Formats: sequence, structure tokens, C-alpha cells
Amino acid sequence: MNGDNSNRNGVGVEVRGLKKRFNEQEVLKGLDFKVEPGEIFVIMGPSGSGKSVLLKQVIGLDLPDEGEILVAGESVQSPDVMDKYRIAMVFQSGALLNSLTVGENVGLYLSEHRLKKPDEIARIVAQNLELVGLKGTEEKMPSELSGGMKKRVAIARALVVEPQLILYDEPTSELDPVSAMVIGEEILKLNQRTQVTSIVVTHDRDLAFGVADRIAVIIEGNIVAIGTPDEVKAKQDPLVQKFLHADIKRQTKV
Amino acid sequence: MFENIGEMLVLFWRTLMALPMAWRQRQKIFENFFEIGNGSLLMVCVLAFFIGGETALQTGPFLAEKSFGGYLGGIVGYSVCRELAPILMAILIAGRSGSAMAAEIGSMRVYQEIDALRTMNINPIQYLILPRMVAIAVALPLLVLFAILVGWVGGGIVSAANNRIDIPIQAFFKNLSEIVKFRDVGNGLFKSFCFALIIGVVSCHQGLVTIGGPRGIGRSVTKAVVNSIVLIIVFDYILTRVLLK
Repeated sequence: MNGDNSNRNGVGVEVRGLKKRFNEQEVLKGLDFKVEPGEIFVIMGPSGSGKSVLLKQVIGLDLPDEGEILVAGESVQSPDVMDKYRIAMVFQSGALLNSLTVGENVGLYLSEHRLKKPDEIARIVAQNLELVGLKGTEEKMPSELSGGMKKRVAIARALVVEPQLILYDEPTSELDPVSAMVIGEEILKLNQRTQVTSIVVTHDRDLAFGVADRIAVIIEGNIVAIGTPDEVKAKQDPLVQKFLHADIKRQTKV
Repeated sequence: MFENIGEMLVLFWRTLMALPMAWRQRQKIFENFFEIGNGSLLMVCVLAFFIGGETALQTGPFLAEKSFGGYLGGIVGYSVCRELAPILMAILIAGRSGSAMAAEIGSMRVYQEIDALRTMNINPIQYLILPRMVAIAVALPLLVLFAILVGWVGGGIVSAANNRIDIPIQAFFKNLSEIVKFRDVGNGLFKSFCFALIIGVVSCHQGLVTIGGPRGIGRSVTKAVVNSIVLIIVFDYILTRVLLK
């Protein structure tokens, strides 16, 4: 991430034979898939299926036991990939720095890397907060924000990087349906405006089928379905069908 | 505790390597310095006064009885500057600032704030560890210097006020200035600098390896304080041996 604005288009991601184990438990059992540049690729699966672990491997926060991840054809483990390509991540909790204001959080990348002057950073921060519908919240502290607002600030913080690849970890978890819809729209708008490659990890079926170009369903560390939303819906695999159609059925009292 | 010593040495080495970036982090260094220094000043003042006073009270009557009362200033001055002020202030700062460092960094680790920094290509060592280490390495020796002076004053006042000792304050400080050399104060300050590095490394390391939720943070804070105190006492012995030569 070097702040070079010349390339606003997304980069492709390729995952080859990815395996990850924690103690005795094999969380990822050899995943293979490709995400095309500019695509919104949704990874769905029940809780504990290894989705977030996968995302951490893609951004290099964790190392795989086996296999490799390529960003624009280069291994994510090579030291200069993070300098060469602008990759951002929106964490499940937002992961805003609680000791900083909203404005400082959003402008952190620019200020820490000294990429812009303070007044220019302030302008960019205001612009990005406006994009996510949080105009004028620069001076607020993260503790003053609701869960949905925190996630939108996290998206604004990711946008400042002008990413070529953006990763969303459960962007709608703990949100009400309206806030979830707003987040979904933000993901779509951002993709349309910048052609950024987006990888979204979620178990929210509405979000997944609403934003995805393609979906992969991970169950117990394996990809059990991959394709367009219609192809995934049509998949007859009982595990996929069970996950896609899981609903609470209230027992009728006699 | 010992299983982490290798990791702590690596952390210390990486922080040293990041030292040229200290000027860029001066704002955060100053904030941490103010928090450690100014925030502890009153406590240091009270503690140091009574340390000096108690040392005088413990030794004064005995020395006076044996007609060695004239040496009390030197004994109090020497023990406060070479041993008591450095070690007790270090323990105080480990409990106050070391615990805060471990809690703050630990909570940032648990709530993925450190991961967020890494995704923005911001080095957590430069952003989080370096400012705290530099701040404590400067603040603790200054606090100890202040504590030494207050401790001497405390010793002098108790020597003069206690009728079993009854040594005039001028005589107390005259003897102190004859016995205590600048080198002795320097030794105390050097010790406190080493203790500051121990507190910084141990506390930041405990913060960085925190796992779990609030319970994990609590565990890290406890470990940071206990391990710091144990290492301070062990290193105190080693440094005393080295500096006595």
C-alpha cells in the first residue's frame, strides 16, 4: 500500500491448495478458487467454517500451513506485496482505534505514511465519511457510535487507502436489517465506482445474494459450492441446501 | 515467564531498530511521557518522602545510641539514591504504567486494532511500542531523580524532628554531601533506566501476546506487573554487583 493512485482497478486473487490447522482441528482443508479483478466474491458458510481464517490468510495476517495465495499473480507472503498493491480490510468489529477520533481513524493511513498534508487529509476524511453517510462525525469517539456506524467508519477508513482489493469480514453481523442493507449498498456502490475487487465473508444470505457476482459456500473447511448466485441456489448438494434454507420452524401448540 | 524471554528480546531488538523513527512519533512519545511522568508525580513524591523518612527512623536511633549519628545523612543519602529510590519507583511504575501499557495494547490486540494497523501497513512496533518504550525510558530516571531529592529531604526532616535521633538538618546534609558522590546518583539513574526498559518490554510483550477477551487482558496485566517486578529484583542484584566494581 504505497498510496500510488495510478491504478484504481481491482486485482485478481488466486487461492491454491490452502490448508490451515489449529492444534488437532483442520480448519481449512485445501481450498482452491480464483477471484477475478473487479469481482464481488462472497464466501458464505456457517459460523466456525473457517471463513474469517481464510480472510486473514488472504491479507497476510496469518500464514497457511500449506498452499499459497496469489494477489495479481504474486504470493501474498512476499514482503513487497503489501507495498505494491493497496489492500484494505473491514473487520467484523470495525476494529477502530478507540483512542482516536473518527476523523483520526479514517485519516490514519494517510497521516502515518505522511502521504498528504493535514488540511488535505481533513478534506479526504470528510469526503469519505460523507460517502458512507456519516458527514460531520469527525470529532466523535468510536465509543459514541452504534455498531452500524462503526462499520461504516471502518469502510470509510478502508476507502481512504483507495484499495485495489477490499476484504469484508462479516460486514452485517450484529446489525439491524436496515443498517445491513445500507452496508450492502455501500459495497455495491464502491465496487461500481472503483472496480475494486471485493471479497466478502458472511453468513447473511440476503447480503450474499444481494451483492455477489459469485459465491463460494464453505462448510467444514471445504468449498461445497461455487458459482453465480443462481448456480449456487440451484446446487442440489444437501449441505448447501440445508445452509441456504435453514429457518426456524415454530412448533404449533396443540 | 522464561518461555517468553526470547520473544521479549526480539521485541526489544525490533524496538531498538525502530529508534530512528522516534522523531516521527514525538507526539505520542510526549503523550506517554506526560502520562507516566506527570501522572505519577504526586505518588512518587509521597512515597519518596516516607522512604527517606523511614530509613532515617530505622537507622537513626541505633546510630545515635552508638554515637555514629553524624553518619546518618550519608547512610540515608547513599541507600536512597543507589537502591531504594530506583527499585521502589520502578515497582511503583510497573504497577501503575506497566499495567496500563499491557491493558491498552492487550485490548487493542483482542479487539483486532493491531490487525487493523497491520492491514494499513502501519508497523505496530513503531506506532505502539516505540513511543511507550522511549517515554518510560526517559520518564522513570527523571522520576527517580526527583524521588532521590525528596527522599533526602524526608530523611533530613525526620532526623531533625525525631527526638531519639535529633540531628540538625544542616548536619544531615553536610554528611550526605561528604559521602554521596555524583557517581552514586548516576548509578541509581542508570539502574532506573534499565528497570524502565524491563517494564516497557515486559508490559508491551504481554499486551501483544494477549489472547481471549477481558479475562485474557486481565491475565496479561497481572503477568506484566508480576514478571516486571521479578525481573527488576533479579536485575537489581546483577546491576548492583556490576556497578559496585
